[in-house]
Amino acid sequence: MTIHQASGRLSTLAAALVVARRDFGAVLFSRAFVFFLLGPLFMLTITIMASGVGQSVERSASQPVLGVAMSPADTAALRQSATRLETALDDTVPQLLPIEPGARAPGELLRTNSTRVSAVLTGSLAAPVLTGPAGLIDEWRGPVALLAAAARDGSPRAYPEVHLAATAAAPGPDERVGRMRTAQAGQTLLFLLTMLLAGMVLSNLVEEKANKIIEVLAAAIPMDSLFLGKLFAMLGVSFVGIAVWGTAGGAVALAGGRSLAELTAPAVGWPAFIALGITYFAMAYLLLGSVFLTIGSMASTVREVQTLSMPVTMLQLLVFFFASFALASPHAPLEQAAVLVPFSSPYAMLARAAEEPGLGQHLLAIGWQAAWVALFIRFGARLFRTRVMKSGPARGRGWFRGRRAAA
Amino acid sequence: MELGTWQPAGNAPPPDPAARPLAIEARGLVKRFDGFTAVDGVDLSVPEGAIYGVLGPNGAGKTTTLRMLLGIIDPDEGYRRVLGSERPHEVAHAIGYLPEERGLYPAMKATEAIAFVGALRGLPLAEGRRRGRALLEEHGLGYAADRQIRQLSKGMAQQVQILGCLVHEPRLVIFDEPFSGLDAINQGKLEKMMRGLAERGTTVIFSTHVIAHAERLCDGIAIIAGGKVPFAGPVDVARDRIPAQVRLETRAPDGPWRAALPADARHDRKLDGSSFFTFPLPETGIEPLLRALIEGEAGILSLSIERAGLHDAFVAIAGEAAAAALEAAPEEEQRR
Repeated sequence: MTIHQASGRLSTLAAALVVARRDFGAVLFSRAFVFFLLGPLFMLTITIMASGVGQSVERSASQPVLGVAMSPADTAALRQSATRLETALDDTVPQLLPIEPGARAPGELLRTNSTRVSAVLTGSLAAPVLTGPAGLIDEWRGPVALLAAAARDGSPRAYPEVHLAATAAAPGPDERVGRMRTAQAGQTLLFLLTMLLAGMVLSNLVEEKANKIIEVLAAAIPMDSLFLGKLFAMLGVSFVGIAVWGTAGGAVALAGGRSLAELTAPAVGWPAFIALGITYFAMAYLLLGSVFLTIGSMASTVREVQTLSMPVTMLQLLVFFFASFALASPHAPLEQAAVLVPFSSPYAMLARAAEEPGLGQHLLAIGWQAAWVALFIRFGARLFRTRVMKSGPARGRGWFRGRRAAA
Repeated sequence: MELGTWQPAGNAPPPDPAARPLAIEARGLVKRFDGFTAVDGVDLSVPEGAIYGVLGPNGAGKTTTLRMLLGIIDPDEGYRRVLGSERPHEVAHAIGYLPEERGLYPAMKATEAIAFVGALRGLPLAEGRRRGRALLEEHGLGYAADRQIRQLSKGMAQQVQILGCLVHEPRLVIFDEPFSGLDAINQGKLEKMMRGLAERGTTVIFSTHVIAHAERLCDGIAIIAGGKVPFAGPVDVARDRIPAQVRLETRAPDGPWRAALPADARHDRKLDGSSFFTFPLPETGIEPLLRALIEGEAGILSLSIERAGLHDAFVAIAGEAAAAALEAAPEEEQRR
């Protein structure tokens, strides 16, 4: 795109980019940006502390169980070796549950799953047979061979061949529930990111007002460009933030042996889901940001911005809860309302991306949200011009303290 | 045009401003804020290349008028045409503006600040930096080119902002109270700069509290009081609104010749016994009065006819209260 037209007159977008470039540089090289980058760290710490207990309970409840349907002697020897090796092998040794051998076929046992076992071990210590979901038994093949060898000989030199018998229907988490979890994770991430930005957007125009440069800007470019430029700048800043957080988070996750594969793959696939996530984040930010910028522009001081922060945070929470609540009932009137209401639309549509294939509806939704962004910016700029750009002796300034007369 | 050289450019005098096309034309501008009419039917006609002053006390509507001309706010009623466009933002690249409330980003370097203001008006940043540096050098501020605005004095920062108004070579420059905050030397430099701009065909409009600046600089003025414009036109026409003043000093304080003086003539007695009279020049002219004084043996010590100054014209046009408010404005500003 050419920024400068032949006549020298800037288009709305070009003027917005001049403002965005200045703001982007100013924010990026400020101390505030360091705190912005550290923001998720604080949130993460609090989240980990708050959910620590619940997670440990959940972990113990959801630990996979291996049913052992061998002879009593083999079963006892296997349990002894499991106890002996548990400390050394940590989580790789499954919890063992003795099952009466021959009572029911392993496949039937897993289908009814009355004993909450994930796989069943039959045969003998010399020739064990592992029955269960393909991925799981493949993962347990090694530990089971080790346990069987240790049960036969205290210092095993040879490991028995473990025969695998994969079951047709893989039990485990229901795919829909898994996708719902992916959707929830996406929504939560979206919410956290927009919340981090809200404070910065709110105080965005205060700097111009405090430095009294606002009139220079307002005289040179349309207010729409000014608002758009400020939103673009903060969006750029947030993308830098996401890149930093993503890289750091990814590195930590990889180091800890975690990956996206732990979440159920979204219906549209991971690449499209990530692309849509970034787009919906941009839309959620632009929608809320344009409103916050308008509200913030009415404030003259940081104190006024702080006063505004609480209701703004509550509004964000409301939007988030609305979209989260709607997630549970796809295509119900409530969920459709969440898709249509501009503020909750990005959250609801991201959830749909996790649960339903097809990209057409997303193009429509992005267009719908973009139209609202344009509307909010136009309205905000107009309000700013009519309410703030007055002049004269200060009988009061800003949104809260009355009006100003003419000079 | 080479920016930064504010010396008179050529020998040819500029053509008669009245004959030039209008840089600004406003008719019946009205602006209300919450029921309060800040500007009430303002008409302005500013020819291209003119230096035009907007005079008025605080709260008269000067800044609101300028903001409407710039498109910062829209008039509720009326019509404006700036450099041929009814939408000022469409010609923003040809306008420079110094607002009354000065402001630049404190962390920006002086050169960057000038380039940024130029970029807002469509000048590429690299070119803005080059010109900004040249302008600073030319105005003796080269040493401050890489200093942050927060490191400059208020007056220096104001000069940087003024240069920012000019970096994109505008056809129209609007200064709102440009002289406030500048010392006498820099006020003189600014006057010279404004003359230089006008000589190159740039239209200069400025608002001021100080009538002397307008009297020295302006081809035309608009007097604003209470949101209205009781006068707009050439300075000479404003001064001709009131008759010339006669200042007469006589040896005798009284006599039959007194009947020739207007009844409202001001009379002061001096310590040496002589009398001093001040009164408007009679419509009949000076000759009948002079004859009556000589025949009445008034003992004329001195007699002069002085053309009214812009201040007197302002008092006559806008009223004593407006004049008092205008004169008090700089003091108020200093107190604030």
